[in-house]
Amino acid sequence: MTDRATVYARIIELIEPLNLKKVALTEATTFAGDMEMDSLTVMDLVASMEDEWDIMIPLNMLPDLETIGQVADAVAGLVAKKG
Amino acid sequence: MTVDLLAKYDPLIAEHAGLLSTGIRDPFGIVMEKVLSPTEAIIKGKHTILLGTYNYMGMTFDADVVAAGRQALTDYGAGTTGSRVLNGTYQTHAACEDALKDFYGMSHAMVFSTGYQANLGMVSTLAGKGDFIILDADSHASIYDGCKMSNADIVRFRHNDVADLEKRLKRLPPEAGKLVVLEGVYSMLGDVAPLPELVAVAKAHGAMVLVDEAHGMGFFGEHGRGVYEEQGVADQVDFVVGTFSKSVGTVGGFCVSNHPKFEILRLVCRPYTFTASLPPAVVASAATSIRKLMTAHDKRARLWEATRRLHGGLRARGFKLATETPESAIVSVLMPDQETTALMWSTLIELGVYVNMSRPPATPAGVFLLRCSICALHSDEQIDIVLGKFEQAAQMAQLALHEHA
Ligand SMILES: Cc1ncc(COP(=O)(O)O)c(C=O)c1O
Repeated sequence: MTDRATVYARIIELIEPLNLKKVALTEATTFAGDMEMDSLTVMDLVASMEDEWDIMIPLNMLPDLETIGQVADAVAGLVAKKG
Repeated sequence: MTVDLLAKYDPLIAEHAGLLSTGIRDPFGIVMEKVLSPTEAIIKGKHTILLGTYNYMGMTFDADVVAAGRQALTDYGAGTTGSRVLNGTYQTHAACEDALKDFYGMSHAMVFSTGYQANLGMVSTLAGKGDFIILDADSHASIYDGCKMSNADIVRFRHNDVADLEKRLKRLPPEAGKLVVLEGVYSMLGDVAPLPELVAVAKAHGAMVLVDEAHGMGFFGEHGRGVYEEQGVADQVDFVVGTFSKSVGTVGGFCVSNHPKFEILRLVCRPYTFTASLPPAVVASAATSIRKLMTAHDKRARLWEATRRLHGGLRARGFKLATETPESAIVSVLMPDQETTALMWSTLIELGVYVNMSRPPATPAGVFLLRCSICALHSDEQIDIVLGKFEQAAQMAQLALHEHA
């Protein structure tokens, strides 16, 4: 079982090396706004999450995933659906 | 109070102003005052060698191509003032599609007003709700925008990475419709795709395949159809997209296919339907150019020769290039950062050499490039002049060159 908390913790680990602005990472931290990540970096990050949990996060979902918390929800949901 | 909608671009405005405040020329504000030939123009009063035009086969001034355009302008007028599906299809447009069918040996051809619109239209129309589009991470903006416009789910795989494509295809529902979008030549680094491997994986997972041959048409493969022909996968590619704005030497885009239901796309593809068709002169020029490209064997050989000379010469002088060997007629010089790239670009233009400056996000993550595209009409002498200017500019821009092993 992979619960939401485990997913969140791992997402933070995946983001850390890309957090060039060294902003504090919380549920509400945004990728484009707070972390100033460009779209390519975000897409690469998503690819690493897909591989981490063997899930698929289509690019067209990204506009709705602005904060780390929203991404954690989405990933946890996809992982749960996979069973 | 009105919110200034352009305020969101303030950071970019500041960055661009900062770049220009160092005294360099604007890399995105070049005006060609006179165009002397496919390889030479006058820019700011200076005679300049053009090395960034994608005019691979030098067809822009071909006497037959110009004559065909002039004749059509006289016979049919300056423009069609209409959509392809209403009053905008003239005899010239039909003849142009016939030329494409003959060139590609395919049963259907659809001419769009630009290559950008061809990708936008094909990608967004082929894949709908519930389908999947699987695209290479380094895909051209027009492919990304086509994805955005479609209602499909979008999956991106690592550039030219067969294993990564396979891994991502495996995660998709087997029963869903799938479109894998590839390019023969990737225009930023000038590298070529391993199409046999990529296409085999796509087919094994039940996907249809679209290949953009914008930078391969004219000089790859026996008939110049593109990388997909050269690599022997012609019978497995479902759709080929291309442009008239590179080897063909004018403007326009197209898709060719053997799919029996292809013609219906004319009615459902919005970037085809809801825009005016190309002027008769343009499609007449294109048709003539396409027919000449079928047999342009000498030009193809010359293009590769000039490309090898530039690639080898830059390497020998210690420039870092994006590909070990010349894979296409694009030779990209890897640069360390924005400032050096801009300074080097600006120095080159002052010295009379025009190349493209490319930077993120057009380039793959974090890469700065000076991009050269070679023309079959570049003489050895011009290439040698360019090599000398590159060396001179590197010195002036203090670009570190490395000893070549
Ligand atoms: C790979 C690729 N596809 C499509 C296009 C669009 O072509 P066009 O200039 O006809 O819009 C280009 C060129 O810009 C390109 O490089």
